[in-house]
Amino acid sequence: MIGYIIRRLLYAIPILIGVNLLTFTLFFFVNSPDDMARIHLGGKRVTPEAIVKWKDDHGYNKPLLYNSGRPGTGKITDTIFYRYSVRLFVFDFGSSDQGRDIRNDISQRMWPSLAIALPVFLVGILVHITFAMLLAFFRGSYLDTSGVVLCVIMMSISSLFYVIGGQYLISMLLRLVPISGYDLGFEAVKFLILPIIVGVVGGIGASTRLYRTFFLEEINKDYVRTARAKGLSELRVLFRHVLKNAMIPILTGVVVVIPLLFTGSLILESFFAIPGLGSYTIDAIHSQDFAIVRAMVFLGSVLYITGLILTDITYTLVDPRVRLE
Amino acid sequence: MNSMPFQPEILWTDFLIFVLIGSFLVFIVYTLRHEHLRVPWRQVARRPMAMASMVILLAYVAVGLMDSIHFRPLQEGQNPEAPVYSNEVLSLLDKAAMPLRARTEKTYSAPFAMQAYSKETVEYPDGGHARENPRLLYGGAHLQDPSERAADIVRRAGTATLAALGLWSLLVVGFLLSWRQSHEPLMQTVRRLVRGKGEFPWRAVLITSGILIILVLNAVYLSLYYHIFGTDQVGQDVFYKSLKSIRTGLVIGTLTTLVMLPFAALFGIMAGYFRGWVDDVIQYVYTTLSSIPSVLLIAAAILTLQAYIATHPESFTSATERADIRLLFLCLILGVTSWTSLCRLLRGETLKLREVDYIQAARALGASHLSVMARHILPNVMHIILIAVVLDFSGLVLAEAVLSYVGVGVDPTMDSWGNMIVSARLEMAREPLVWWSLAAAFVFMFSLVLAANLFSDAVRDAFDPRLRK
Repeated sequence: MIGYIIRRLLYAIPILIGVNLLTFTLFFFVNSPDDMARIHLGGKRVTPEAIVKWKDDHGYNKPLLYNSGRPGTGKITDTIFYRYSVRLFVFDFGSSDQGRDIRNDISQRMWPSLAIALPVFLVGILVHITFAMLLAFFRGSYLDTSGVVLCVIMMSISSLFYVIGGQYLISMLLRLVPISGYDLGFEAVKFLILPIIVGVVGGIGASTRLYRTFFLEEINKDYVRTARAKGLSELRVLFRHVLKNAMIPILTGVVVVIPLLFTGSLILESFFAIPGLGSYTIDAIHSQDFAIVRAMVFLGSVLYITGLILTDITYTLVDPRVRLE
Repeated sequence: MNSMPFQPEILWTDFLIFVLIGSFLVFIVYTLRHEHLRVPWRQVARRPMAMASMVILLAYVAVGLMDSIHFRPLQEGQNPEAPVYSNEVLSLLDKAAMPLRARTEKTYSAPFAMQAYSKETVEYPDGGHARENPRLLYGGAHLQDPSERAADIVRRAGTATLAALGLWSLLVVGFLLSWRQSHEPLMQTVRRLVRGKGEFPWRAVLITSGILIILVLNAVYLSLYYHIFGTDQVGQDVFYKSLKSIRTGLVIGTLTTLVMLPFAALFGIMAGYFRGWVDDVIQYVYTTLSSIPSVLLIAAAILTLQAYIATHPESFTSATERADIRLLFLCLILGVTSWTSLCRLLRGETLKLREVDYIQAARALGASHLSVMARHILPNVMHIILIAVVLDFSGLVLAEAVLSYVGVGVDPTMDSWGNMIVSARLEMAREPLVWWSLAAAFVFMFSLVLAANLFSDAVRDAFDPRLRK
């Protein structure tokens, strides 16, 4: 087991290097620091001096890959590639184009993100599994058919409508909770309820339908028939046998997103003005802050790869038939 | 030299749409010639839900195609010997909807409104003035008194509905005559249709087309006199904007798949077929690409494109062209982020297929790798590709809205449902509420995505061997 995990971790290294090279190419080759300076200074008529000054101020005044003007290791280390790409591996994200320390920002904004993403994730799984089991229990009936139709209808609605609709209905018409915002400590709860509801409801359609097929797949298997033949009630069969086995595909499907919960949800956070990493990313995109986007790309990839490794480990934990090779 | 009244203009996405239609036609001909492909399609065609959805999808496609034939009109008042064409690129849809396009108000107005949304100081002929909602320039301008409005709308809707029913009965009669078996009494044909007998669900098709014809005729006729979905902030007709958004949605849903398909198919099959280092390299590439969160990868790519456009303004002659390049680029980058899952599926299937007897036999008989992959493996993974294509469509249409919200979607000047929703976010905070842009985007987007979802379900059920009974 430990050997397997180590091998998986080693395998992650070349992938991270690939991600790193890709972002470097996108951000520095396709789009040179001169271009970046021009965008931030605005307009076409920007003097070369202004560009040089902007690059000086933001630390982009170095050669891309090889600095022949420096002695010794400085030839390699005093370059944009080393400063902005290699340093990502030790989670040194540098400072944003506005001059703020990105790592500091991330470690602060992570928690509001988690405060939304974690409840949405947990409540979501619970609700989706409950609905899916309900449909599977009444399979073939009108309840099942109309439930599936409802799922397809809910899947066909853009997530933006759920957010706008939820804000309008619950905050503006019923005035139950504030429309957006965030507070520290326990006061945050009243700001978090609505985004969590919206997040869970928005996911019902797709997940319920998918989980229902997992349940139905198990229900038709031989061991279920045996259990019924022994005289177990349908509810017992469903909870004791089917649920356990259907949990395997469900678990392995959701484990991959657990690390990504830290990066939050772009849309929920931005609509509800929650100072998490999702809104941080959106703000960076809107203000064209390349440094932050670069950091988030790398962080997101690291978390996703962690999720993949976790998935493989979960597989072996929940399904004894899977052997690690 | 004789000058044409217009100059045809083929945008990049137009060109690719024509390529897409071409390959679609080839695909249809190929399917019709092969019995084993006709069978699952017939199964799709037997589902009433799928056929009803297809009618709606076809209506969308028709509007999208009309909006994909572009030209530059001749500038007026020019010397006919040396024609100068306008900088503005128009489409057939623009031409057809010229009344909608040209009749812009000053600012917001509600659906079917006769008065503007915001108050203005109006001067009376007798010298006095007051703050009130002024009459619209075009919406309901044919009426003298606002109190006549309800009656006028009902009367016009009635006329349009009657015309639609007339048109629909022509359609039904035409269908009955062609569907009638020889020497069958006509009443019996009618009875067969009403009871839904026969192999294909013609009843569902005819009912859907009937509803569609009624809605379309009503919308078209009423939109000549009113802004049926209101107007937006700069006074543009929202119904017209929603129609224009259809093309954007369809382009993203289809072209993305078109551009990624060759890569996914080639790499997926190669990885599974050759195994060894080819497999390792391809797997490495797609794991790397898929490990970058797709929104961020798209954001990074679009930011770089924006920077390129900002620093090279001379490469683009018109705003339409610039928006079109961005749309195409968005399709490309969405394709890059979405090919990996299909590639993985194809690799797995090919791994299984390459051990099958007939492939071994083909190799033993001296067939080259290329011909084995093209003639034996590709046809046998076709169902996976097809299912992926139809399932991806609705997800891509929905993704457009989210990406536009994040600010990395289509060009802000381009009409799209995503852009309409983005602007609706501020409109919802106004008092009184400006809800109609959001409602229009919802209606148009929802019906397209729902129809696509229902249709793709039927296709998956028919083509997925695991689901076959």
